[in-house]
Amino acid sequence: MAYNNNNNDVRYLSPVTAEVKKKKYCRFKKTGIKYIDYKDAEFLKRFLNEQGKILPRRLTGTSLKFQRRVSQAVKRARHLALLPYVADLMK
Amino acid sequence: MMRSKVVFLQHFKKNNSIECVYFLDFNKNSYLCSPFLSMEICNLLFFNYLLTNYYLFMNHYETVFILNPILSEPQVKEAVDKFRKVITEHSGVVSHEENWGAKHLAYPIEKKSTGFYALLQFEADGEVVEKLELAYRRDENVMRFLTFKLDKDALAYAERRRNKLHNKEK
Repeated sequence: MAYNNNNNDVRYLSPVTAEVKKKKYCRFKKTGIKYIDYKDAEFLKRFLNEQGKILPRRLTGTSLKFQRRVSQAVKRARHLALLPYVADLMK
Repeated sequence: MMRSKVVFLQHFKKNNSIECVYFLDFNKNSYLCSPFLSMEICNLLFFNYLLTNYYLFMNHYETVFILNPILSEPQVKEAVDKFRKVITEHSGVVSHEENWGAKHLAYPIEKKSTGFYALLQFEADGEVVEKLELAYRRDENVMRFLTFKLDKDALAYAERRRNKLHNKEK
């Protein structure tokens, strides 16, 4: 019967969504930026979390070379009191 | 006086009859010299070349220092001029100077929450940095300082930044 033929497929309660993973890329390599300025506190805040800690590369997607430069720039900015070492609710 | 780093002077004997003298300079470019020159003259030529092209191995540095916020305007200028003098005394050239004025600090330094920021970009020999840092440490008004060398990417960026600021002011 027509009713039985339709029930050959498996039925799910909610439709299965195939999630497309956002391809992470290094923003410096893509835009060709070579030097990261420690004086730009606003720019560097994107690489810190709310407590002022440096975010790991797997979250920001930067390559190793630039992650090292970013962390060097952040540490310089911290030394010069442009960024805090420890904070709450920085963002 | 000029410091000579590694200098390669290679003397080849080709075919047992012709002698060629090659200079290798720091960038590993080789320059062919006439085979009939003596070693002393070769050395002199090489040093002359260095003097005209490299003139004292100037490195580009950038310093940022934070001054006490209690200082008045002329005192701030005095302090900045003092460090400028230290650089120019030792044959340095100050290529850029910036004054960011009183800025809020991210954390208290010496119990103060604001400070006068000043930036100096200069070109000098390597020995100047130690003397400059000594001057910073001696001065009581300087709370923090940071000096570092600029590589070519950093230099290019500094130029662009300078131009941007210049255009903004206009």
